[in-house]
Amino acid sequence: MKSREYQQIDPKALPTPTQTPPSHQHQAVGDDGRTPRRKWEVFPGKNRFFCDGRIMMARQSGVFPLTLGLILVTSGLFFIFDCPFLVKHLTSCIPAIGGVLFVFVLITLLQTSFTDPGILPRATPEEAADIERQIDDTGNTSYRPPPRTKEVLINQQVIKLKYCFTCKMFRPPRTSHCSLCDNCVERFDHHCPWVGNCVGKRNYRFFYTFIVSLSFLTAFIFGCVTTHLALRAKGGKGLMFALQESPGSAVELAICFFSVWSILGLSGFHTYLVASNLTTNEDIKGSWSGKSGEAVTNPYSHKNIFINCCSVLCVPMPPSLIDRRGFLPADEPAQTSGVDLELPNPNTKSDINVCVQGPKGLLESAALTPLLATSCPQGKPQTALPCPENTSALNSDPSLELSQRCGGTHHNSKTYGSTSPPLPTKGRLHKHKRASSHTPRPTFDDHVSPSSHDGNHRSTARGHRGAKFATLQ
Amino acid sequence: MAETHSLQDLQQPAVSSKVFVQRDYSSGTICKFQTKFPSELESRMDKQQFEETMQTLNNLYAEAEKLGGKSYLEGCLACLTAYTIFLCMETHYEKVLKKIAKYIKDQNEKIYAPRGLLLTDPIERGLRVVEITIFEDRNIGSGR
Repeated sequence: MKSREYQQIDPKALPTPTQTPPSHQHQAVGDDGRTPRRKWEVFPGKNRFFCDGRIMMARQSGVFPLTLGLILVTSGLFFIFDCPFLVKHLTSCIPAIGGVLFVFVLITLLQTSFTDPGILPRATPEEAADIERQIDDTGNTSYRPPPRTKEVLINQQVIKLKYCFTCKMFRPPRTSHCSLCDNCVERFDHHCPWVGNCVGKRNYRFFYTFIVSLSFLTAFIFGCVTTHLALRAKGGKGLMFALQESPGSAVELAICFFSVWSILGLSGFHTYLVASNLTTNEDIKGSWSGKSGEAVTNPYSHKNIFINCCSVLCVPMPPSLIDRRGFLPADEPAQTSGVDLELPNPNTKSDINVCVQGPKGLLESAALTPLLATSCPQGKPQTALPCPENTSALNSDPSLELSQRCGGTHHNSKTYGSTSPPLPTKGRLHKHKRASSHTPRPTFDDHVSPSSHDGNHRSTARGHRGAKFATLQ
Repeated sequence: MAETHSLQDLQQPAVSSKVFVQRDYSSGTICKFQTKFPSELESRMDKQQFEETMQTLNNLYAEAEKLGGKSYLEGCLACLTAYTIFLCMETHYEKVLKKIAKYIKDQNEKIYAPRGLLLTDPIERGLRVVEITIFEDRNIGSGR
């Protein structure tokens, strides 16, 4: 029976077919026929997956380890140095409140970093062909048409939908293509290096809760440390004496003092965005500020602060559209990358941070690679990152699979011909200085950086941008 | 012999084409599909039936994304527990998605498959399109 591509039709009962999910069908297997492959293994975007697809992050983790480290160190010092004194002299509520805030911050940070932000899967080849046909039908016969747009009317306002050349589809409204992650993300807010992931529709509420609770935590620790030092320095003993007695407090004071302003500012900024149902991307681009002289208002706003807040934070949690843990159906290549996975793509071999993988290499390294390698030297098929640190906060079942496959997988950056002229960088950062520390960089519609020598080596450009993020405060 | 011949036909229904029904963004970013009847299906089924299917789908998606009392409660409770309840319980959206999958299966069995058509659940296409696969009509002998 050869009807694999028609797997949704039961041949014995054509009048009443059943649509069985792909996981029940003959699954795609690796070269040695051993292990069925999951969709995350062939995901075309620049993401890292852990714990067999349950957790995902951007490939560039940015300064996420720094964020985590700062929070852990500051809170640890707080509990060790300040709490005993304050419990004795004030109240034991202090470590309790601190503990609750700390747990809150940690959980929301991990959720922001590890959740799918709302990535749109790329169009299947048939869809892409259908859209191309529709575009060509409108009479444009030139070889490469100008940037394709489609206009829709939303709440009596004309919105232009742009065509994404990478994902081969017209982007829904408020969706933007993140050049760092090479994915279209719904309700794209910004790519946050501090959490090492994009912030979009699905994880915005985690992100918002994270920064709000972090501002409370930072302010709380700052207040407690000040009180602690003030109490110690009472009686004319002086601040230096107090600092000598409790050196950890000095560190905390420094960290909290410098971060509380930026974090409070960021929380304030995002509260404004939530109340007006805006994204950072739209605010920075000034989409609804009426720059062009027309009377444009935000068509997505409900004109009521409470309803806006609820529609951003309380709307039912949308599902992840990329089905990371589903099994690949047999005979189907990866998503519409056009690159045959059987052969390593020669274009990506010279990328520093990208590992070329063939299915055989993937399986071999999944079985053999120790879990502690953290670097991805050029040419090696796969590296793994330690997973146990990630399982503490999330429910992942400790199965055999975990030890074998729990690792970061680098994926091919699917390269596409650079077909359009590079867009000028929209450099107008928000006037709010603190927001600049967040460096939203979403607007590379066709994500061809002028700094890359060859349009195909996109990760070189990515490397440049990555360096920029690391240095930007 | 005739049986073998028809079994072969049954085993290999050929896909003659696919029609994609795109999203309708006139009401904003909510999930809604166009109800316009595609011309490729004109010879296969009723316009009204198709529109009814699409309208029901749209209503189901609207129900999934509805901002009501229940979703506020779920949102507030989730916030208080640092969203950890999402790891434990099935969200409202997921429950409605199951309903939608069941509805599509029903529609396929009753209406679309007898006409050599197949609806693909939009969730398998990232909620971008409703993909309708048109199979060649060998059984009916139209020989297209």
